Amino acid sequence: MAAESVPDEPAQRRRRRQESSCPELWRLLDAVRDPEIPVISIWDLGVLRDVRLEGDTVTVVITPTYSGCPAMREIETDIREKLSAATRYEVRVQTELAPAWSTDHMTEAGRRALQEYGIAPPQPAGAPDRPVACPRCGSEATHMISRFGSTACKALYQCDDCREPFDHFKCH
Amino acid sequence: MTEKSDNEALFNYVLALGDDALVLGQRLAEWCRNGPFLEEDLAMSNVALDYIGRARMFYSYAAELEGGGRSEDDLAFLRDCREFRNLLITELPRGDFAFTMARQLILDVFYTAFLERLQDSGDARLAAIAAKAAKETRYHLRRSHDWALRLGDGTAESHGRMQKAVDELWGYTAELFEMGEAEAGLAAAGIAVDRAALRTPWQAAVQDVLAEATLELPQADWSITGGREGIHTEHLGYLLAEMQFMQRAYPGQQW
Repeated sequence: MAAESVPDEPAQRRRRRQESSCPELWRLLDAVRDPEIPVISIWDLGVLRDVRLEGDTVTVVITPTYSGCPAMREIETDIREKLSAATRYEVRVQTELAPAWSTDHMTEAGRRALQEYGIAPPQPAGAPDRPVACPRCGSEATHMISRFGSTACKALYQCDDCREPFDHFKCH
Repeated sequence: MTEKSDNEALFNYVLALGDDALVLGQRLAEWCRNGPFLEEDLAMSNVALDYIGRARMFYSYAAELEGGGRSEDDLAFLRDCREFRNLLITELPRGDFAFTMARQLILDVFYTAFLERLQDSGDARLAAIAAKAAKETRYHLRRSHDWALRLGDGTAESHGRMQKAVDELWGYTAELFEMGEAEAGLAAAGIAVDRAALRTPWQAAVQDVLAEATLELPQADWSITGGREGIHTEHLGYLLAEMQFMQRAYPGQQW
């Protein structure tokens, strides 16, 4: 059981959801999206960690992507609104830092949604650097324009074939 | 040490780390709309945001440790110069682009090692904050390294400005490795990082980048310290005046 020393957060998170006693609350929260990238839910992004129902109180555990991500506050407000509109529970939102969020916590569906939206999805963390494929024409002949794009989580690239500039969700 | 003074030492330690991050974040944010070109403007603002986020993580923990009703915002906006504990290098005016990038290089190399060790802190909250911040700092370092090479090994003008920046900053680097008594106590207890031990590897790593960038390692013939005791350069007051103005003029105002 060597895996014990390195907790597999994506697997544990999936298990928390599968074994949850309140699956309907998780489903409600699938409607909460990243305000900067509205095609991806907080579940698919890996930001939603746990939903616990104890008595009349529902505790939602989230983790920030980047330390200064300004979207966290909006996400919190949105969680409260969605749950208060559909249930009568008292809502608590708790932020948890450890384990630190990684793009490896993103789901496959989340990666596909980014790709379709025109954002090149992140590569697996720690994997050897592979070329970033253009989300529009699929060419691997691309180059980085800037290490930071419109938000902290993205870098700016350009395709050498179709010439289209695009965002790449950085591996983090 | 009594339990009370232990808690006070930890509060002061966390607060100082928050001050470093906030003051540097504010300096970097000054580049917003002043960057040399659009992509760089965005990059600088993003790095600033990482630092301000880091400050919030430290301040909210400090506020909990204090348990006296002060919030993270109170700590940021309602303390004056002498109560700030940031390292002096973080408060120096942003200068030209070379000065800003030279400072980032010096600090990115420092924080890469510092945060890596803080991740092993016996204090779980500090370890969690450090793990989060370390990933961001490693990315910042790639960028400041790129810029050091591009400017140092660039034109005669950019080379000259970069060398001048490194020379001017050098005397402020001694403070990065100076340990106070309370901090040394926390380090012995496995909570704080022994910064003094980081000096030799830090200097070797910075020297490597400088050599690659055709820049010279400055002479260590002067140094200045005092930030951790609240003795600052004249520049911090102006920075705070601008940053704190809204909360001072309109107490409790919300965004």
